[in-house]
Amino acid sequence: MKPQSPSDSHSPSPSLRSRVVAVAAAAAVLAGVAVTYTLQAAERAESADATSEFGLDRGKLYFRSTTETAGRIARVPVSEGGGGGARTTGGPSCERFYAASGTGLCLQRRPGIPPKSYAVVLDDRLREKRRIALTGIPNRARVSASGRMLSWTMFATGDSYAGSSFSTRTSILDTRTGYLIKNMEEIPLTLDGRRYHSPDVNYWGVTFAKDDNRFYATVSTKGKTYLVRGDMAKWSATALRSNVECPSLSPDNTRIAFKKRVREGTRDPWRLYVLDLRTMREHPVAERHSVDDQAAWLDDDTLAYALPGGGGRKQDIWSTRADGSGNPTLRIRGGSSPAAVR
Amino acid sequence: MYLATTDAVAKASEQEQSGARRGRVAGPVLALGAVSLVTDISSEMVTAVLPLYFVLQLGLSPLQFGFLDGLYNGVTALVRLAGGYAADRGGRHKLVAGGGYALSALSRLGLLLAGGATAGIGAALAADRIGKGVRTAPRDALISLSSPPDTLGRAFGVHRAMDTTGALLGPLAAFALLWATADAYDAVFVVSFCFGLLGVLMLVAFVPGHLSPALPRSPHPAPERQQTERQRTQPSAPRPRALHLLRVPAFRRVLVAAALLGAATIGDAFLYLLLQRRLDFAVSWFPLLPLGAAAVYLLLAVPAGRLADRVGRRVPFLAGHVALLGGYVLLLAPTDGWPLLIGVLLLLGVFYAATDGVLMALVAPVVAQERRASGMAVLQTGQALARLVAAAGFGAAWTLWGVETALTCAVLALTAAVAGAAVLLPRSDTSSGGST
Repeated sequence: MKPQSPSDSHSPSPSLRSRVVAVAAAAAVLAGVAVTYTLQAAERAESADATSEFGLDRGKLYFRSTTETAGRIARVPVSEGGGGGARTTGGPSCERFYAASGTGLCLQRRPGIPPKSYAVVLDDRLREKRRIALTGIPNRARVSASGRMLSWTMFATGDSYAGSSFSTRTSILDTRTGYLIKNMEEIPLTLDGRRYHSPDVNYWGVTFAKDDNRFYATVSTKGKTYLVRGDMAKWSATALRSNVECPSLSPDNTRIAFKKRVREGTRDPWRLYVLDLRTMREHPVAERHSVDDQAAWLDDDTLAYALPGGGGRKQDIWSTRADGSGNPTLRIRGGSSPAAVR
Repeated sequence: MYLATTDAVAKASEQEQSGARRGRVAGPVLALGAVSLVTDISSEMVTAVLPLYFVLQLGLSPLQFGFLDGLYNGVTALVRLAGGYAADRGGRHKLVAGGGYALSALSRLGLLLAGGATAGIGAALAADRIGKGVRTAPRDALISLSSPPDTLGRAFGVHRAMDTTGALLGPLAAFALLWATADAYDAVFVVSFCFGLLGVLMLVAFVPGHLSPALPRSPHPAPERQQTERQRTQPSAPRPRALHLLRVPAFRRVLVAAALLGAATIGDAFLYLLLQRRLDFAVSWFPLLPLGAAAVYLLLAVPAGRLADRVGRRVPFLAGHVALLGGYVLLLAPTDGWPLLIGVLLLLGVFYAATDGVLMALVAPVVAQERRASGMAVLQTGQALARLVAAAGFGAAWTLWGVETALTCAVLALTAAVAGAAVLLPRSDTSSGGST
């Protein structure tokens, strides 16, 4: 090709007209592909708003089924091991779910402009009682053993300008008084024996004790994470030890399961540990894979948690003994957010 | 000597491009603008949904996402320099830019095929970043080489306005798709790929491959120049050496001024965060803040470019940074409510309109045509690195001393930087204050 002058910058063959026709034809084909694919995808989608077909019953393990398109809540008997079959589907559609004693907490996301997220409080028949509009990506959900105290965490992101920085917003709802703390970030925090102030504190993964007042959570600041013990009535929090994320209190309130960073970087960074609150000694559980989940206690001896499933696409729920013995077992194929209703 | 050369060239081009004199920009600029518009729809669609896709659909932790996202930032800077250099060698701007556009388009298919595999996603993201890094400098060089020097501001204004239109439409298209398909992320990737491919085809069909020798020259009588012109298409043509750029005083001044100003820019994310803290509005409106600033940018890009052509590019470039300074001051002042929100978004939009394309128009005349892409790459990389340092510094200052002090520091730093840049920047676009 020879250099051209600007006045005939479209000069060499083919002519401008034929190039316009070619690009228009290509655009039509591409538009056809895009529209066809979108229509097919829309057909695959099913209504996420169907009412639930079962309630919260004792002795059942509830979870988010990732084998269904809309992520509906399903359940199996807690006693049932293995990945097998007696699953009942048809619950509400949630990104994250937890339930205890007649109260369910369902974190939803609804696409739109802008997309919206909700925390939906459910009764013992899994009917909607209260809906709270939120921003961000649903992440952690917990209900206290009595069903009174609710807490959830959202990743405040989804905005293109935010780039790689994630921050969290954790809310606490008292269902008896209806009092909602939208963002617990302002709770007075004591770290290393001193009142601690920093704009970068982030809380997540709250777990409540039996008295519905004491709670444990993760706080992160300046690149480190800590286990904090909080008090609702006094509205204060104290950091107990570092390198703890996503605590989960055992039903008898004597131990905390949490994930601990065992490696820098992103390759298998976390392992699941159990901390004895009386001796303050910790031990790893038998699971050797990196666990990025707030573990759920199925009973005083057993932990359940989600792991990336086969092929990496879906998640599976595994369980293992809390005392560190035995081997992990695959509990539910294609599931996340385990919650045993006792 | 410079003045004489450029004046003569400008007159010559005036006769040739009489059509372009009155409000119109050259065909290749419009074509490149259209390519950017379509490509930005494609890329912003994906950018808007990726965090959601990773965390909700794949169950990746934010840490992993942050790692994948941040991994390639350093790489992009190097790739950009390589892209500029490769484009200058034999004038292959269109080829290099087209390769970058094609790579980014293909990365959408990579995302689709990767499924949930972290390695595959990492590779797809890397391909997208490399494509973006490679194409930017050759594209801006093409714009500058297709326009007479006295209409550069307008040309870049038109290009940036079209580019921003795509950036505004992209997220809307993506969220509409997710809404229509109940979160079918694969549909977003497929549609994004279609837009990306269309952009590549438009580039191939409508952007001229070689630059016109009749176009006005940059005012650089480099010794190897005439030889290069004659031997441009021959393999024996001397390589453009990037280091020579730094020997050009005018270029050095622009580079240092841009880096100085970049190092005093705290980053949009912080501005939006500060706005949200001050106003405490419903957080669901948070994602709309950047759209507000982008809309202002879109509306003012062309007028700012025209103004730059009339009064010299130095003035709008400095004024844009003064507007940004105004935004910082507004956040410190006891303003509240709507005036604060609208004021800050308006000033941020003015800042982008008056600086982004204008900087390219400012630097083009002081870099020889043979090194145009390399020069723009060096400038853009320098500015980006300076901004990276500034964002990190502001984050640290916020953590250490609190937001008020950090913002006061930012105001002082930007004031000093504007003053420094006013001294450094060449008085007129054509007189560089010294010869090579």
